[in-house]
Amino acid sequence: MKRIVSLNINGRTVEEAIPDNLLLVDFLRERQALTGAKKGCDGGECGACTVLVDGHPRLSCLTLTASCAGTEIETIEGQARNGRLSTLQRAFHENLGTQCGFCTPGMIMAAEGLLRDNPDPDEDDIKSALGGNLCRCTGYVKIIESIMVAAAEARR
Amino acid sequence: MTEVLPNFRLMEPATVEEAVALLNETPDALLCAGGTDLVVQLRKGLAETGTLVSLSGIAALREIEVTDAGLRIGAGVTLSQIERAQVIVDGYRAVAKAARSVAGPAHRGVATLGGNLCLDTRCVYYNQSHWWRKSNDFCLKYRGDTCHVAPQGNRCRAAFSGDMAPSLMVHGAEIEIAGPKGTRRLPLAEFYHEDGAAHIRLEHGEILVAAHLPPPGAASEYEKVRVRGSIDFPLAGVAVACARTPEGAARFSVAVTGTNSKPLMVDVPGDLPPHSAPEAFFAALEKAVQKAVSPQRTTTIAPHYRRLSISALTVRLAKRLT
Repeated sequence: MKRIVSLNINGRTVEEAIPDNLLLVDFLRERQALTGAKKGCDGGECGACTVLVDGHPRLSCLTLTASCAGTEIETIEGQARNGRLSTLQRAFHENLGTQCGFCTPGMIMAAEGLLRDNPDPDEDDIKSALGGNLCRCTGYVKIIESIMVAAAEARR
Repeated sequence: MTEVLPNFRLMEPATVEEAVALLNETPDALLCAGGTDLVVQLRKGLAETGTLVSLSGIAALREIEVTDAGLRIGAGVTLSQIERAQVIVDGYRAVAKAARSVAGPAHRGVATLGGNLCLDTRCVYYNQSHWWRKSNDFCLKYRGDTCHVAPQGNRCRAAFSGDMAPSLMVHGAEIEIAGPKGTRRLPLAEFYHEDGAAHIRLEHGEILVAAHLPPPGAASEYEKVRVRGSIDFPLAGVAVACARTPEGAARFSVAVTGTNSKPLMVDVPGDLPPHSAPEAFFAALEKAVQKAVSPQRTTTIAPHYRRLSISALTVRLAKRLT
């Protein structure tokens, strides 16, 4: 069954006929060509597909698009504005928070959700907010540092 | 996992009555709350349906109410709401801690209390892809006739892996169920059955709508043992509550999860009197937990390790609360 769903993606209103069983990650990647959200485990275990739905981190591989009618979706593609990286993106770049980059969109969107909720997080807050995001390259030290730097930058 | 979701229609009723009516009209309908477990199950072919009834649109299920009789938590309240609700953090600490221990923050933002209480049982022979299970002749829980965990037995040994149930049980929770014949209430512990393939007593057409907690009267804790510290189902989890008797003795309630096909209350060996040497009591408590639980080969971690670690964790929590 299909239905007409209207939602806002990175500030742009989109109206489309959506099958009831279409996952948000497939809608974003296959229909909107927003391939930033990654399919890692594809089962809610790795966090690479994290996007913000109404400002809160959600796993797009577990979310039905039809259930997102009327919501605001933010993906990694919405971070950079007018060719300028966002504070978080710049902090990840400058502090080597990105290794292969596969987990980075999910990490940044989870961090974005955290910083909106808590602009001055300590290390434990960051670890807890990124608890569902896996990085298989090296470790999490540089990722945590990058988010600390971005938070300090945003507060200035 | 490359499986696609099967075709279904998504129904979004606005009231519990509408949802009950929809369930009764549609024999193969499945209830979906946050969907964090069900969507995975549908993709792996562990659940089949032509109709998914989403409970997300029912505002009445999303309320936490303080009443004269205690606290009523709607089944649609999310786990992140529970971990942050001050009334729960202050009065029912184990419940808030159990909520916080479930999966990752992005799961908890949509996963609900009702979903966690009705969570399907888990097993290393069951939570696999379709081709994996098919190559193993499926299993007793679904489409097969042998339990690979206990081939001599005649029941499914899959383990109940919800974190919320034991934390509510040690506080004496009851649940409220709505169905075609109206609503009914029963103690949470009686909701479950020691059979991995049929572990909850919910008839088709019934919906778990709320949990009721008596007024706070005990300090409590919840912790779990797991493989991946930041996000994982429990290998074993335990909630401990400690109340004071009028004589000043410590009276413990203990409930465990992840070790059996249902969450279970442990028979605690009496009260711990004031000013007594506690070592013998805690040794007896540790033995009581080891005797009560029955972990099987349902995870990659040895049952013996789960039995020993959950009894040690129980004693650690009990000491912390004394």
